[in-house]
Amino acid sequence: MLRKFLKTFTLWELLKGLKLTIRYFFWPKTTIQYPEEETPTSFRFRGMLALRRYPNGEERCIACKLCEAVCPALAIKIDAGPRAEDGSRRTTRYDIDVFKCINCGFCEESCPVDAIVLTSEMHYHFENRGENIMTKERLLMVGDLYEEKLAKDRAKDRKYR
Amino acid sequence: MIGSQLQQLVWVIAKILIIVIPLFITVAYITFAERKVIGSIQGRIGPNRVGLRGLGQPLADVLKLIFKEVIIPSSANKYLYIIAPILALVPALAAWAVIPFAKGWVLANVDAGLLYIFAMTSLGIYGILVGGWSSNSKYALLGALRSAAQMVSYEIAMGFAFVGVLLTSDTMNLSALVLKQSGGIWHWYWLPLLPLFVVYWIAAVAETNRAPFDVAEGESEIVAGFHVEYSGMGFALFFLSEYANMILISAVATLSFFGGWLSPFQGIPALGFLFSWVPGIVWFLLKISFFLFLYFWIRATFPRFRYDQIMRLGWKVLIPITIIWLIVTALLVQFHIGIWFK
Repeated sequence: MLRKFLKTFTLWELLKGLKLTIRYFFWPKTTIQYPEEETPTSFRFRGMLALRRYPNGEERCIACKLCEAVCPALAIKIDAGPRAEDGSRRTTRYDIDVFKCINCGFCEESCPVDAIVLTSEMHYHFENRGENIMTKERLLMVGDLYEEKLAKDRAKDRKYR
Repeated sequence: MIGSQLQQLVWVIAKILIIVIPLFITVAYITFAERKVIGSIQGRIGPNRVGLRGLGQPLADVLKLIFKEVIIPSSANKYLYIIAPILALVPALAAWAVIPFAKGWVLANVDAGLLYIFAMTSLGIYGILVGGWSSNSKYALLGALRSAAQMVSYEIAMGFAFVGVLLTSDTMNLSALVLKQSGGIWHWYWLPLLPLFVVYWIAAVAETNRAPFDVAEGESEIVAGFHVEYSGMGFALFFLSEYANMILISAVATLSFFGGWLSPFQGIPALGFLFSWVPGIVWFLLKISFFLFLYFWIRATFPRFRYDQIMRLGWKVLIPITIIWLIVTALLVQFHIGIWFK
C-alpha cells in the first residue's frame, strides 16, 4: 500500500518509461534510405519473369507446356510448333500476362530445362497498355540481360534442390 | 511631443518584431526538431531530404501551407471560422510581452507579469472553442468540448502552482522573480517547490493540448479534433499558436522554477567564474530548449490518457497535491526555513 503510494507519487513507472525511450534516442537508426540503399534480397527472390538460353545461344524452352499447366493464375499461354530452320519442336508463342502472374514460382519449379525463371529484379514498370503481356522475345531479352545473376543464384540454390 | 511619441511607437513596434519574428522561425524549426527527436526515439532518421540534412523541411512546410487553398465548409459560421485561428494565436504571442529574456531585456516590465501570462494562456482556449464550434463538424465540436473542459480543469492546478511561486518570491514581476532566485542552481525554486513544479509541468502539457493529454486533437479518435476543417493558413495559425504556447510555457517554467537567465554555476567558486562570460540569454534559451525536448520526449514515451482519466488526474490528484504543498510552503515562508525563504 505504502509502496504503491510512493511509486505513484514519485512517478516511478513514468520515469522508467522515459529512461527507456532516451536509451533508444541514442541507439543507431534502422532506417534504410531506399533509393540509395536497399535491403538485401535472397537468391531465391521471385521477381520479374525471364526465359533463359543455353551458353551456346540456343533457347532452353522445349514447349512441354508444364508451366502453362501448373500456373495457378492461368497467366501463361503457349503455342508450339516445329521451328522453320531445323524443324525442332519449339514455342511459336510464349505469352505471360504479368498482371495475372502472382510470382509464385511454380513455373520455375515445374520447368524440366530451367527455361522459365524468376529474376531477383523487382524494379520494373510498364508505360503503355498491352505491355503487361510479356512476349517470348521480351522474356528472352530479359533472360539475356540478367543471365549472369540468374546463373549465380541458381548455382547457390543447387545444393538445396 | 507627438514626434517623441511616434518615435516611441516605432521603437516598440521594432521591439515586438525582434521578439515575434525569431519566435516564428523558432516555431518552424521546433516542428523539425520534434520530428527529428521523435524519429530518433523510434529508431528512425526523421526528415532529411529537403536541403542540407533536412534543414529545408520547415521552409517547405511553410510554403506548402501558405499556398494551400483556404476551404470554408458550407455550413460553417464564416466569420467565427476565420476569426478563430487569430483568437488562438494572438494571446500566444501577446504573452511574450512580459517575458524577460535576460536582465532588462523585456518588452513590458509589468508588475503583474505572472498574472498577465496566466490570463493570456487562459484566453487561448477561446480560439480552440470558437474554431471547433464554428466548423459545424462533429469531430471539431467534440475536440473543442474536450479541450475546453481539460484546459479549465488544469488551469486550476497550474494557478495553484503559481501561487506557490508567489508565496516564495513575494513578487509577480517576472524579472524580480528571477533575481530573487539568484545564487546558483540550489537557489532556484524548483527544489523547494518540486511537487508544484511537477504539477505545473503536467498541467502545462495538458494546457497546450500536447501528448499524452492531446484528446482535443486525438488523431486516432476524432481525426484532428478542433481543427479538422481547417486547411492552409487557418491550420497554420492553429499550429503556430500551439507551438508558440509550448515555447511560452517552457519559458514560464524556466522563469518561475529554474532561475530564468541566471547561470546554474552562479556562486560556485571556480565554475561560477569560468562561466561568468556566458550571456544570460544563452542560459535562458538552453533551459527553454531542455523543456521543449522534455515535451517531445514525453510525447514519444507515453500513450494518450483516456478522457475520464484526465479529469480524475486534474481534479483528484493534482489539485490536492498543490493545496497540500501550498500549506507546506506557507509554513516554510512563515518560519524562514531554508535558503529560499529569507
